[in-house]
Amino acid sequence: MAGKIKYDTVKVGDVTPTVTIENVSRPDFVRYAGASGDFVPLHYDQTFVEAAGIPTVFAQGMWTAGCLSRCLTDYAGAGQVRRFKVRFARQVWPGDTLTCRGKVTGKSEKNGEKVIEGELEVVNQKGEATVKGTFAVATA
Amino acid sequence: MAIDKSIIGKAGKPFTVPIEWSKVREFARAIRDPNPLYFDPELAKKECGGIPVPPTFLQVASFWMGEDSMPTANFDIRRILHGEQDFEFLKPVFVGDVLTGTSRIADVYEKEGGRGGKMTFMVTEIEYKNQKGETVAFARGTLVETGQAVGG
Repeated sequence: MAGKIKYDTVKVGDVTPTVTIENVSRPDFVRYAGASGDFVPLHYDQTFVEAAGIPTVFAQGMWTAGCLSRCLTDYAGAGQVRRFKVRFARQVWPGDTLTCRGKVTGKSEKNGEKVIEGELEVVNQKGEATVKGTFAVATA
Repeated sequence: MAIDKSIIGKAGKPFTVPIEWSKVREFARAIRDPNPLYFDPELAKKECGGIPVPPTFLQVASFWMGEDSMPTANFDIRRILHGEQDFEFLKPVFVGDVLTGTSRIADVYEKEGGRGGKMTFMVTEIEYKNQKGETVAFARGTLVETGQAVGG
């Protein structure tokens, strides 16, 4: 597999590439609904969300998590991710701009592989965390 | 809703997930990922030995899951939040693989929430095996039913 990072050169505190998602929009949620099969109407049906007392549609948490996962595949290579765990802290709304980033917190050997572990987050334009996570990626 | 602990351990009917290139690149585009490995089979073959899948791609399993594959609590769809999602990968997954997933309810519990009132949590674990019978991944999801509407 095409690992992009070398175990020996990675240090605790290193950062992953930052991924910026400009201008989140309703078509992102519709496209993700089609791509993923997640047709929970909270994410595209304005009539439905208003009836439920919510001002407007908001992103599928897994859409935002998917955007965040790019930090890992850009950093370590596609196919190198061993663990990707996310917690959804706050909704992502149309018009938001998201910053996805990660930081190395540890290194270890697991199942004969040299693995880098770390933390991840997605923050919106107000600096509020929308997704928090942890990861493990295999090195080259 | 009163919680029903008896559903813990309940498993759904196994379901089949063919890993198709069209869905993989559609998914990559949806998460705004321009990584050429998802779009250029020659390059992917050279670099990875096949077209890999984005880390959250297994979420598309819902396409292939009938209701009998999805053990669930009777949550009110207007009050559901996806609380957590956890993917663990044991072996690579490539386009062309045919996975079999089995979903089971790993836990159900209640917590007092803040704004949303009392919250009910359901943790579902899906184990994926490939066509060789090897376990390739676990996907663990936590759904939360809040006491009131979620976005207000």
